[in-house]
Amino acid sequence: MKEILSGNEAVARGAYESGVLVATAYPGTPSTEILENIIRYKEINASWSPNEKVALEVAMGASFAGARSLVAMKHVGVNVAADPLFTLSYTGIKGGLVLVTADDPEMHSSQNEQDNRNYARFAKVPMLEPGDSRECKEFTRLALELSERYDTPVMLRTTTRISHGKSIVDLEERVSSLPTPALVKNAAKQVMLPSNARVRHPLVEERMKRLSEAADTMAVNRMELRDTGVGIITSGVCYQYVREVMPHVSTLKLGLVNPLPAGLIRRFAARVERLFVVEELDPFIEEQVKAMGIAVSGKDFIPVCGELTPGRLRQAFQGQDVGLDEAPVLPAEPEDVSLPGRPPNMCPGCPHRGVFYTLNRLKAYVTGDIGCYTLGFLPPLSSMETCVCMGASIGNATGTVKVVSEEEKKKVVAVIGDSTFLHSGITGLMDMVYNNAHSTVVILDNRITAMTGRQDNPASGFTLMDEPAHRTDLALLCKAVGVKHVRVVNPFDLEETRRALQEEMERPETSVIITDKPCVLVKREGVFKRGPLYTVEVEKCTGCKACLGLGCPAIQWRSTDGGKGVSFIDPTLCTGCDVCRQLCKFDAIGRAK
Amino acid sequence: MSEQVTNILLVGVGGQGILLASEILSETFMLAGFDVKKSEIHGMSQRGGSVVSHVRYGREVFSPIVPEGEGDILFGFELMETYRCLPLLKPGATVIANDLRIPPASVLMGKERYPEGLAELITARFPDFLLVDGQKLAARAGNQRAANTVLLGAVSKRLDVAEEYWLQALEAMVPRKALDVNRKAFLLGREL
Ligand SMILES: Cc1ncc(C[n+]2csc(CCOP(=O)(O)OP(=O)(O)O)c2C)c(N)n1
Ligand code: SF4
Ligand code: SF4
Repeated sequence: MKEILSGNEAVARGAYESGVLVATAYPGTPSTEILENIIRYKEINASWSPNEKVALEVAMGASFAGARSLVAMKHVGVNVAADPLFTLSYTGIKGGLVLVTADDPEMHSSQNEQDNRNYARFAKVPMLEPGDSRECKEFTRLALELSERYDTPVMLRTTTRISHGKSIVDLEERVSSLPTPALVKNAAKQVMLPSNARVRHPLVEERMKRLSEAADTMAVNRMELRDTGVGIITSGVCYQYVREVMPHVSTLKLGLVNPLPAGLIRRFAARVERLFVVEELDPFIEEQVKAMGIAVSGKDFIPVCGELTPGRLRQAFQGQDVGLDEAPVLPAEPEDVSLPGRPPNMCPGCPHRGVFYTLNRLKAYVTGDIGCYTLGFLPPLSSMETCVCMGASIGNATGTVKVVSEEEKKKVVAVIGDSTFLHSGITGLMDMVYNNAHSTVVILDNRITAMTGRQDNPASGFTLMDEPAHRTDLALLCKAVGVKHVRVVNPFDLEETRRALQEEMERPETSVIITDKPCVLVKREGVFKRGPLYTVEVEKCTGCKACLGLGCPAIQWRSTDGGKGVSFIDPTLCTGCDVCRQLCKFDAIGRAK
Repeated sequence: MSEQVTNILLVGVGGQGILLASEILSETFMLAGFDVKKSEIHGMSQRGGSVVSHVRYGREVFSPIVPEGEGDILFGFELMETYRCLPLLKPGATVIANDLRIPPASVLMGKERYPEGLAELITARFPDFLLVDGQKLAARAGNQRAANTVLLGAVSKRLDVAEEYWLQALEAMVPRKALDVNRKAFLLGREL
């Protein structure tokens, strides 16, 4: 059977076909759909963990008991999971374990574009890099097999174009003859006390040496000789771009990017006259080939920043005399029409909007965090000063109030989402209380992990498999770490929100405000309720534009003949959150009759 | 350049149904026996940003994204986004767009203007430009919301893939209760 699958769907399928029993993840673009698709296969126990470190630890536990397991995350997720990863490299595994890292060159939806191939080298684990969906499926299987053969976790690295690109895949059956998991005691291998770890480290070095030798003959590392004037070493989606732009050149396509197949690279280099490496981001392959004493170039003319595209690759190679076709004549750039941009915006009725509106009016200094609410940075809300990584808002606030004046301290507010708070905000809050930092933390509890497309989390009350689960009580949790002032507010009530913020910002103590309205995209019955529609009474609207300060996409400006213009509410977009009504001093906004 | 590959771009605004349309295209090409690749960016774009989906088919397709300046057909769901995407096309490309304007936030707030005369500007650069009143034709098929399918019909007419594969793909991808209207809308589009 053939199907068109995305890279993520194909990884999920690969996990199913290879007999994976446990799959874990914390959502993150572009990796999220792997677990969302894995739940189609009832044989796999799949779950969201509160963060990537926990996700890897759960997968590891399943592996130690002999089950094949998969753990998926976005590139920055590996930073969070790095601690267990580096030592898992020493313990090795029992059931095969594959860690999928979905990198995001170009930062389509990320805060940096780190190249996670470096992690494979750093942690001394093998890494496979598929170049389309078919390979996503096959390499997932190969990763699990290599994992068991070499007693190591294996990383599978995709990039956005691979994860979200679709291509044709042949489906196969699930393997059936894997051993049944059970408790197996093997403490010397799994208890990494110095004395045990010292025994394991040489084994890691020896394993990587064996893998490097085996790499020379692995079918996924493929020498394709065409015109031998030019040879290009490449991998992943870059291979596709090379074939697209320079179909005549010889290629060495690497499926295994760590360790590199040194012998094969030497053989390829000997067969071609000029050698290049085409890779996105860091000169990861290039530097190692250079260290082998082979003449090669690449990053001296191919950009390090951003993703490659066929056009960018063609442009980079223009001056290299590699027999490129003429670049196509591009149609003239758009005439001088200035096209307004289309930046993303919070949805109509988003519960975050009123909070940022209020923070803006209170001239707060907001240490921010990652989620839909990061859009509170954009005008007209414009109230966020920092956003670095998940959970950072609270630590940032603690550090800032340590050094600024008593008056300025009152302006500092950390804002964090429910999912982000559980991911890595709670430790920051503990520190804030423990070290007596006086700041206000706002937890935007919209009952979901919204940014990445609505995933459940421990505070949403449901699991990935859509089963009801205990709902972490955020207020109780904050109290348990010692916050004395915890209050829950309705973010659609601007007066209540303002009062709470103002009082807590004034208070010389740590306090937490939890907002308590769901994301409008939560589909689960009884959570998000659409309110009555709102409209603007044209006769009463004075054109003061106060409501436009919210940036709700449902509120639009209409110019009027001769007049100042009026606001208009698009009835197909309004969710009836009531916030704009509270801003209108002229009572022009009200429920539609 | 892989000569036999046809490059299609679908553009519009998040939430307009671009992903479904590009799924139907890819499914059709697979059924017709071609190699297919498709690519788009999910993520931030879902919060009302621009969306571009790339679909490529032929005997063997390498890059999942359309090489810049090689787009053969631009399938526009919104006028300004259609215009924004023109630099990806090759000279003489076909442009088929829905006659629909969705103002972005800055326009809604009265800070910027939605550009005028875009249709004329597009025709000047790409004479093979078809502007379709998708909503009106879809209403004739029985539901305004099938506008994308009308356009899909118009696009299908310009590709040499037999009608049966299109209809099979529609059947596979469109929810059963909407199938009749969509089939009608598709056939109306094929007459354009
Ligand atoms: C380490 C890490 N993992 C995952 C992500 C992807 N990511 C960005 S924001 C976010 C969660 C946002 O959820 P929440 O805090 O509840 O805010 P909401 O979007 O619901 O407003 C995730 C998973 C990331 N940026 N960094
Ligand atoms: S998805 Fe939910 S949290 Fe995100 S902007 Fe929309 S309403 Fe707000
Ligand atoms: S009530 Fe006002 S602010 Fe809320 S969604 Fe409707 S228009 Fe937007």
